[in-house]
Amino acid sequence: VSPRWLAGKALAALLTLIFVLIFNFFLFRVMGDPTTQLARLPRATPEEIQELRAYYGLDKPVLGQFADYAGDTVRLDLGVSQQTRRSVWDEIGDALPWTILLVGVGTLLATVIGTWLGIVAATRRGTRTDDSLLGFSLFTYAAPEYWIGLILILLFAVAIPIFPAGLQMTPGAEFSSWLDKALDVAEHLVLPATALTLMLLGQYFVIMRSSMVDVLTEDFITVKRAIGLPWARVVRGHAVPNALLPLVTLSAIQFGAVMGGVITIETIFSWPGLGDLSFRAIEDKDFPVLQGTFLVFSVSVILLNLLADALYFVLDPRVQDA
Amino acid sequence: MRAALLGTKRGRVSVAILGLFVFLAVFGALIAPDDPRASSTAVLEGPSAEHVLGTTELGSDVFSQVLAGARVSMVVGLAAAFISSVLGSAVGLIGGYFGGWTDRVFDSFENWFLVIPQLPLMVVLARLLDPSLTVLIAVIGLTSWAGTGRIVRSQVLTLKERAFVERSRALGASDWHIIRALSFLGLGDPTALSWGTMLEHGFAAGAPSAGAWWYVVPPGLCITVLVFAIGLIGYALEQQINPRLQDAR
Repeated sequence: VSPRWLAGKALAALLTLIFVLIFNFFLFRVMGDPTTQLARLPRATPEEIQELRAYYGLDKPVLGQFADYAGDTVRLDLGVSQQTRRSVWDEIGDALPWTILLVGVGTLLATVIGTWLGIVAATRRGTRTDDSLLGFSLFTYAAPEYWIGLILILLFAVAIPIFPAGLQMTPGAEFSSWLDKALDVAEHLVLPATALTLMLLGQYFVIMRSSMVDVLTEDFITVKRAIGLPWARVVRGHAVPNALLPLVTLSAIQFGAVMGGVITIETIFSWPGLGDLSFRAIEDKDFPVLQGTFLVFSVSVILLNLLADALYFVLDPRVQDA
Repeated sequence: MRAALLGTKRGRVSVAILGLFVFLAVFGALIAPDDPRASSTAVLEGPSAEHVLGTTELGSDVFSQVLAGARVSMVVGLAAAFISSVLGSAVGLIGGYFGGWTDRVFDSFENWFLVIPQLPLMVVLARLLDPSLTVLIAVIGLTSWAGTGRIVRSQVLTLKERAFVERSRALGASDWHIIRALSFLGLGDPTALSWGTMLEHGFAAGAPSAGAWWYVVPPGLCITVLVFAIGLIGYALEQQINPRLQDAR
């Protein structure tokens, strides 16, 4: 682990970005040529199709098309939604803050609770607490997140109606203050954020638990205990910081799965973020929007992976010792 | 291997559960009390003597749908898992064995597939192609091999990348609900009856907000229990294969 290693990671991320661009281009050009969709329209004449091909730049050679596409993408011109005729970038801009809010809260809760439960279980290994925590987290891990979402609606929006079942705020409500509005949003956030938390919790728990178990059996811990340090201090001061490292990588790897969860959970709760936007784009066969959201999903995962690598670099004790 | 599976209570229970689901996949449609697709006027009714798990929005018997839906759910899952593990093993073996440039190329390919978010990718592919079971299986198989590839490669090189193996094992299990997620989003074969499509139809018909728990709980529970059992079996097998994991427990 060195600055050179980090530079290598950054270069790899850049290459991955380029790969994603190429991939995205061919995926939609080759498989989803917009004119093949339009050609299915009953009264499209060959001339009209030709006109459309020219409009989309499809009559140019492939390399030229790719250059156009890459240039447009870099300038954040992602085309126009076939459904709303608004620019895809505007659609994404409207949706993005809602997804960041949901993902941020869900990931934060899952990390904190999962890590904490993992520590609890590892320090009580083999006890009944350990067993039931393991069982619970494996169950939430095995359960599909959209099903967890539906169950949450059944329980806390229908059977005991304490939380709204969908949307991000009460429709048509007038808010007297900024705080009122925030509280209303928070109320709507509870169920989708819980679903996301439960989806992610299990992995954090399992990794933290096994990482802690590993660290607790290492020699330096035995030494710290032998010189008479209290157990709680050994756990908090020495075992936990060392065990946390794999978690950083996990959160990055998890992020791809989070993006999947975002699609289903936002769909269930009509949460107006990127997932909901993609779902509507699937239903309407709105390819420019689908292409745009796919790009944003991929780019954010790549960037977050790079961020995790950088964080790993900062946190790794071997770097600090040097 | 037999000892690993049947030696513990956990292993026996998981094998029994998996056996039950395999049985349902083969015979489920035959032992279903009703025609799972038959509609009736008894719409979204709760459990009764006649309909043990109530009825759907079209008045079909939920219990019969759960039994009959096992087949598509299991077949799609197994076929996709098969493709993804064959592909992953091949890429991992070749890369790890030959090393050098081959490995570097294969490895970056794996990295790309690990980084590109899987469900969004599958959603895009499934939407661009026309929905059918074959497309569904191919799309899942072709997009989810990278985790396996990474495990196999590290096994070929050394056995030391433990944290990664653990993580990817978990990823392997997640294939199973990703499959259901595609069906849930309406990207599966619309005519096939599976637990995923049951949840999709239930959701689209507003079953959760109508409080129709009998329609929502059973298919999701089947998926959960199946994934849970497969996870435990994988875990037991891995402990047998990799002795280091045994020590760490």
